[in-house]
Amino acid sequence: MKLWRPAIIAAGLALCWQLVVFLTAAPPYILPGPVATASVLISHFSLLLHHLRTTFTEIILGLVIGTLFGVSAALAMILLPRLKSWMLPVLVISQAIPVFALAPVLVLWLGYGMASKVAMTVLIIFFPVSSSFYSGMQRINPDLLELARIMQGRRTAVLRYIVIPSALPSFAAGLRVAAAVAPIGAIVGEWVGSSSGLGFYMLYTNGRMQIDLMFAALTVLSAASLILYFTIDYFLDKLVFWETAKEMSHVVQS
Amino acid sequence: MVAAPAIVFDGVSLAFAGRRLFQDLSFTIDRGSCTCLLGPSGCGKSTILKLVSGNTSLVYTGNICCEGKSPPNGSTAWMAQQDLLLPWLSVLDNVMLGAKLRGQVTTALREKGGDLLVQAGLGDAVHAFPDTLSGGMRQRVALLRTLMENRSVLLMDEPFSALDALTRIRLQNLAARFTSGATVLLVTHDPLEALRMGNRILVLAGEPVAIAADLSLRGAVPRDADDPEIATLYPELVNLLMTGATA
Repeated sequence: MKLWRPAIIAAGLALCWQLVVFLTAAPPYILPGPVATASVLISHFSLLLHHLRTTFTEIILGLVIGTLFGVSAALAMILLPRLKSWMLPVLVISQAIPVFALAPVLVLWLGYGMASKVAMTVLIIFFPVSSSFYSGMQRINPDLLELARIMQGRRTAVLRYIVIPSALPSFAAGLRVAAAVAPIGAIVGEWVGSSSGLGFYMLYTNGRMQIDLMFAALTVLSAASLILYFTIDYFLDKLVFWETAKEMSHVVQS
Repeated sequence: MVAAPAIVFDGVSLAFAGRRLFQDLSFTIDRGSCTCLLGPSGCGKSTILKLVSGNTSLVYTGNICCEGKSPPNGSTAWMAQQDLLLPWLSVLDNVMLGAKLRGQVTTALREKGGDLLVQAGLGDAVHAFPDTLSGGMRQRVALLRTLMENRSVLLMDEPFSALDALTRIRLQNLAARFTSGATVLLVTHDPLEALRMGNRILVLAGEPVAIAADLSLRGAVPRDADDPEIATLYPELVNLLMTGATA
């Protein structure tokens, strides 16, 4: 991706933002403009960075632990088909409970610290990761398994060389969704109860009518989420290089 | 002394999805030559290969024996119409796939794989990924992967049918050269391919499928397009297939 494209998009969005402020004539305590937001962002930068560190740590820990859980669950369902028929309904039921409704309970159980936020993030990303990885492994070309059978391949080797790689494109799609929604878990967790993090800081500044600071926090959060998403996207493209090459050639051909 | 046949079908019956595919089907395949199974699409040619490979999901009655093992088990290598190359493995790793899956990769085997690739004109592509290769090159890699298995019986299921005419002839020549002396069971719906590649042609027709003709050919394979045996037998085979299809 060209670097100037995101820069133009960001500038365009800031322009629209300024235009809305100008057209609605909203007072700064309702909707501060991009310039005002940028100036408090710079003046409070170290404080915002401190809160970002908390939130970002929660997001990363949640992503790593949630991915580990999701991958393990998918592998368990593939390796033990009998477990699958019990686990799949439980997974679906777990998704029927809105995670936001669980946030107060999680804070009650795990405290005001980082653990409850990480748990929220894990709960949010577990399902997209496990279901995408699982369905990727399920949709494997049956002829590949027939080939492996005739070759008398070992079960673990077939899993390593054929089944898991063929599910990686689907897994990557799930992980991209996870990277996009992971910040929600951390922020909601912080809203319910915390003393640090961008979510906490947004509530705090909102309560003190420091709306420009709240927007600065929001801007920092958005920027961090975007950087996280595109970093993960970059490495996923490297991981499933054969799919990436295919997409490119389609673009060239059409 | 006559060597025991490589493959024996003795009174095999099989029903699949409510259709009686085979009813009391019997034939034998001799060792060390190429036998072509020729017949219309969907007549059960591929199912015969699956049975010889020891696929346990197919339920049949009767007796099938491959290389003295009944039910068949582990004597075959398989090449399909799709090349089934793994895009995440290099060409050499794809050729070595069987050894990788069995945990038997050795330096000597890697060298053998590299040598085969050079012999097949793929010396420059050893470390390339399959996506960078043409259809003909990919199918050559699939052929080498089948040969690397070093099994006594090679099962080939329309391996050249997705290729253009010229590439197909080149690949047939290469396959005939590389598999000479091996027991090959080649499934095809192309009478010309059967005539070029086969030491023997079994024509399958009807439902349940029966052997409509059993031709033994004399000359060495691959036969050239102007081979007199092809000229005499081609019309006969086409006729057989046409009448078999309407029967």
